[in-house]
Amino acid sequence: MVSGFRFSCAALRMGRGGGILCWKRASAFRFLVSSGSPTGIKRLLSTDELGPRICIVGSGPAGFYTAQHLLKHHRLAEVDIYEKLPVPFGLVRFGVAPDHPEVKNVINTFTQTARSDRCSYYGNVTVGKDITVKELQKAYHAVILSYGAEDNRTLGIPGEDLAGVYTARAFVGWYNGLPENRDLKPDLSSETAVILGHGNVALDVARILLSPLEILRKTDITEDSLAVLARSKVKRVRLIGRRGPLQAAFTIKELREMINLPSVRPLLDPADFKGLGDAIRDVPRPRRRLTELMVKTALEEPGEEVAGRWASASREWSLKFLRSPLEVLPATDGKRARAIRMAVTRLEGSGETAKAVPTGEVEDVLCGLILSSIGYRSLPVDPAVPFDSKQGIIPNSSGRVLGAPGLYCSGWVKRGPVGVIITTMNDSFDTAQSVLEDLQSGALDVSKAKGGFELVRSVLKSRGICPVSFSDWEKIDAAEMARGKLGGKPREKIVDPQEMLQLIGR
Amino acid sequence: MAASSAVPLLLRAAAASCHRLLSASRVAANRSPSRFFHASAPARLSSEDKVTVHFITRDGDKLTAQGKVGDSLLDVVVDNNLDIDGFGACEGTLACSTCHLIFEDHIFEKLDAITDEELDMLDLAYGLTETSRLGCQICLQKSMNNMVVRVPETVADVRQSIDIGKNP
Ligand SMILES: Cc1cc2nc3c(=O)[nH]c(=O)nc-3n(C[C@H](O)[C@H](O)[C@H](O)COP(=O)(O)OP(=O)(O)OC[C@H]3O[C@@H](n4cnc5c(N)ncnc54)[C@H](O)[C@@H]3O)c2cc1C
Ligand SMILES: NC(=O)c1ccc[n+]([C@@H]2O[C@H](COP(=O)([O-])OP(=O)(O)OC[C@H]3O[C@@H](n4cnc5c(N)ncnc54)[C@H](OP(=O)(O)O)[C@@H]3O)[C@@H](O)[C@H]2O)c1
Ligand code: FES
Repeated sequence: MVSGFRFSCAALRMGRGGGILCWKRASAFRFLVSSGSPTGIKRLLSTDELGPRICIVGSGPAGFYTAQHLLKHHRLAEVDIYEKLPVPFGLVRFGVAPDHPEVKNVINTFTQTARSDRCSYYGNVTVGKDITVKELQKAYHAVILSYGAEDNRTLGIPGEDLAGVYTARAFVGWYNGLPENRDLKPDLSSETAVILGHGNVALDVARILLSPLEILRKTDITEDSLAVLARSKVKRVRLIGRRGPLQAAFTIKELREMINLPSVRPLLDPADFKGLGDAIRDVPRPRRRLTELMVKTALEEPGEEVAGRWASASREWSLKFLRSPLEVLPATDGKRARAIRMAVTRLEGSGETAKAVPTGEVEDVLCGLILSSIGYRSLPVDPAVPFDSKQGIIPNSSGRVLGAPGLYCSGWVKRGPVGVIITTMNDSFDTAQSVLEDLQSGALDVSKAKGGFELVRSVLKSRGICPVSFSDWEKIDAAEMARGKLGGKPREKIVDPQEMLQLIGR
Repeated sequence: MAASSAVPLLLRAAAASCHRLLSASRVAANRSPSRFFHASAPARLSSEDKVTVHFITRDGDKLTAQGKVGDSLLDVVVDNNLDIDGFGACEGTLACSTCHLIFEDHIFEKLDAITDEELDMLDLAYGLTETSRLGCQICLQKSMNNMVVRVPETVADVRQSIDIGKNP
């Protein structure tokens, strides 16, 4: 990003002493001050002319929305975003399903933020490994941790590691070109796939397994994934939840999409839905409408056209309730998954908080492909940051990290791995608001100038790390779109970080 | 989205009138960030075609803007550069609910029937009311002249908004 402002800093450094009053933007002074400026210049600056230098860790929606709010509501704040991967946008690039391009429109807003001359992006920097949070705190007035949830919950049952068992997180990462999952090559030779969990990620995975290839081909799904899916034998996807229909975690838009999927038939067991009518009369509207859609699909005769479509469908999906995974049973070779054994459960209590308790009965479902989609999980990245490993979050109050002044958090690492982008947006605005309050009240001390990226750069350099800038990313972006065009798709993602770095001349 | 902004601008011009429930293919052609810099609605508006809308923001401020018949309320916000935090994140593709607005009863009653898809998205909106709709799905009609729409509160809004060093 070659902004006028960066240029002016350089110009200012070269011409020390002369014409300083011409530089209106207080931010232009910051390098001078931090590099031991002549006292004459310091006197020209009142403290509030020095913009606070803020560092954000992670470039997903939380990172970008927090940055956006700070830049908008503080005229002098300068925000640097550090990202582990060379490329930005977190789960918008690596989570959101390829057949949901409209959700990715938020990238346009993020791009606008990144192009602001008070915002910089530094990719290819893993905080906690390449640089510590303490080091960042030395360089910035405030550090905001927005690094998301990079791991997943585990079932903790025997057989979880057998071949044929995958986490939804790895599967999603694979079809979306996440570097760490690019070699997953899932074995899709089983006709039946079981997905454990009733969340939206489970529906994403089911949709990718079942969608006609001609739909996927036009998306930014990776070429390799498409080739594997083209050979898939999967015909039936069973989505298994430990609680009942009234506790399903997916949302109605995603369910409707499943019901309307071309060449695919929904199989809902009427027994699961009879008598639900009364239970939903007083529940909040989203839950009521979601349940009504399931009830309608399960109990009502479809119209002629829909009935015809379902009758001729080559693939199907079903919802199974009140089953909690107990064990993955191995095939005779002892290596591959053959079936899943589940405890039949009943609900204790009612509504959203109902608990599943085993009845003592068990049931096996034969299947060679099992995807566990029971949620993501955040990890601690640095021993200097408090972490609640039970809840998997950084303990905080409105985004202020407890017991660590100057440290903040936003997004999934603040709240836990739930919520759509709008939830993450609101929560990021909330954290940014806390930072602004602390700046205003003086709780956040900005009287001393901080070295910002200049300081970080030298630390990184000594460790052989060379960050990727936003304009570097724009080159990668352009290359991906050009490759996509050749294949008639919006983009062909580069899945190898080395190749990305080569592309930008590293 | 490094593509030159010329093409998306054309796309945007083509989409200036209200499209309810946009098709995925048009949606897929990402519009460029430059839309945010759109200064004002296209010229050549006769005063008869103009519809004035008052937005009550989360801070209780009133923003008044004009659009032409057929424009969506998202178009009005974008074309007039109205300052509403986070509005229109998915750019009118029914995938975000950030364009949620609350209508006056008498206007709400006369709005076009709501689709299942809009209802589905509205279910995820914050501060849902009996007269809530998604702004990107509502197209201006003459009868809406001078209507008042309210931006719902979000979590962060319970707190006093702060602007530091903002130009007056
Ligand atoms: C599979 C899936 C599909 C989804 N689909 C939708 C959808 O269709 N619509 C919707 O509204 N929401 C969807 N969501 C939810 C949405 O993605 C989240 O609400 C949102 O991404 C959370 O934002 P975040 O910034 O907290 O985390 P993330 O998006 O995960 O961003 C965190 C970023 O931090 C980086 N990072 C991690 N560790 C470090 C480190 N040590 N140093 C530097 N950087 C680091 C990561 O690489 C990443 O870029 C989906 C979620 C998933 C999992
Ligand atoms: N299209 C979209 O908008 C979209 C797409 C993908 C993701 N997202 C969002 O991203 C967030 C994360 O989605 P997610 O699907 O990962 O999480 P989620 O919504 O929390 O769903 C997790 C599912 O796993 C189940 N589960 C958890 N632990 C289990 C265990 N030990 N055994 C059996 N089942 C278990 C849960 O059941 P219980 O309820 O019984 O715990 C629940 O059904 C959600 O907020 C989601 O809406 C949105
Ligand atoms: S702008 Fe996203 S739903 Fe209206």
